[in-house]
Amino acid sequence: MSEFLAMNGYAAYVWSAFAIAMGGLALNVWLARRQLRLARAEARRKLALGEST
Amino acid sequence: MNWVWFHRFGSPPYFYRFAGRWAPWFLGIAVALLLVGLYGGLAVAPVDYYQSDAFRIIYVHVPAAYLSLMTYTWMAIAAAVGLIWRIKIAHAVAAACAPAGASFTAVSLATGMIWGMPTWGTWWAWDPRLISQLFVLFFFLGYIALRGAIEDRDRADRASAVLAIVGVINVPIVHYSVEWWNSLHQAPTLLRSDGPTMPMSMAWPLLVMIGAYTFYFLAIMLMRARAEVVRRERGGAWLREILAAPEASP
Amino acid sequence: MNAARATALQAAVAVFRRDLLLAFRRPGEWLQALAFFVLVTVLFPLALEPEPSVLRLVAPAALWVTLLLASLLALDFLFREDARDGTLEQFVLSGQPFTALLLAKVATHWLITGLPVVLVGPLAAMSLGAPSASTPGLMLALLLGSVSLSLIGSIGAGLTLGVRRGGALLSLLVLPLVMPVLVFGARASAQAMAGEEATGALYLLAAMGVLALTLAPLAAAAAVRISME
Repeated sequence: MSEFLAMNGYAAYVWSAFAIAMGGLALNVWLARRQLRLARAEARRKLALGEST
Repeated sequence: MNWVWFHRFGSPPYFYRFAGRWAPWFLGIAVALLLVGLYGGLAVAPVDYYQSDAFRIIYVHVPAAYLSLMTYTWMAIAAAVGLIWRIKIAHAVAAACAPAGASFTAVSLATGMIWGMPTWGTWWAWDPRLISQLFVLFFFLGYIALRGAIEDRDRADRASAVLAIVGVINVPIVHYSVEWWNSLHQAPTLLRSDGPTMPMSMAWPLLVMIGAYTFYFLAIMLMRARAEVVRRERGGAWLREILAAPEASP
Repeated sequence: MNAARATALQAAVAVFRRDLLLAFRRPGEWLQALAFFVLVTVLFPLALEPEPSVLRLVAPAALWVTLLLASLLALDFLFREDARDGTLEQFVLSGQPFTALLLAKVATHWLITGLPVVLVGPLAAMSLGAPSASTPGLMLALLLGSVSLSLIGSIGAGLTLGVRRGGALLSLLVLPLVMPVLVFGARASAQAMAGEEATGALYLLAAMGVLALTLAPLAAAAAVRISME
């Protein structure tokens, strides 16, 4: 297992690259969901006030 | 050819519901493929002769790079559809692509730089692929900046559509013009005219990862486009219904 | 005044002459770009070692970066005045093909900003150590490149019309689009200065110029129309 993590000495490179990539994926999902939440909340607020968008 | 299905997408409520149904599935498929690809790339694939384990970065770098170009092309097509046929949803889709595309490009640049350190001995090199990816990033940022700078939404839609179309013509030109310079970057190993030079044991996780990222992109694009559609809606009745119902994720 | 409608060509020529006349009445604008070009070229030897071998290496790059920056500076006023006083709107409404009128505007713009650089450029290069034999090659490269820059830049100018402080945005948008011109222009210049055959790069510059000439006015016209609404 430790051999796997060590990646033949390249651990820092490989794991940081994968971390960035996975982080990017997670970030996009979170941001996309957040966008929808915000848009819905905004629309709700505007409908309540009787405005159009 | 029956174009009815195509025009159905032009209706905001239909698109909203369609996207809501399919995005979770696409995301789920993406995650499944991702796990398989990660396992294959990190654990199963044999060690490379020259680069040892460092080559494994290919499994995140190449899919991100491929995806950034695919996003840009998709964005340009959506922009063109919106501009030519005046379909508002298409503009919403194009707008939805930009932030995701920019982040894929940034990830591909970052992972590429990290990969460069052990293999070339340097973070950065003025190499064709790196430079053209950098310019793709500039394109995305310019697109987002232009959208933000124009206040009127319709004008912003159409102006950024023109930019996207002009940009997509230019991306291959940028790529080929920069190839005149000496390249440290690997020659294509996958999409070559005489077949891949990478052995299948190394190549299959890459294909799986590309598949994973593709489904992921579709999911994200649908999710963001949904938010755009809601934001752009001018008080249609369907919106009240949607808002009344509790929102299931994603 | 002739009752018959002017042809597109006559209208374009009329716009061309008008713009030229106006430009000569406002020397500040185009002189600014030229002065900028001269200034920056002088700055390079000051900032680097005035060592001839170093300068000669840097000369092609310095030349083209300077051309690019000067063009960006000049693009700002391509449409600005006419948009402000409503003339541009009149062009769109005139019933003449807007693309032709636009092309006339870009032509004048190039004449007063690009052409001076083409003429002064080789002098600047020689001050940086380029051999005088390189002048024809340099001029040709600068000619082809500056034409492309003006044409492609007009797209950016059209898109950022009416955006407050659009200058920075203009640069951000135009730079990725003109990058191939920069690459091949610098390459052709370097080859000319080294006394080598620059035909390959020059052909590509010419090809890009033709591409720009055919496509850019369409995109720029669309961009201006969108911005005018």
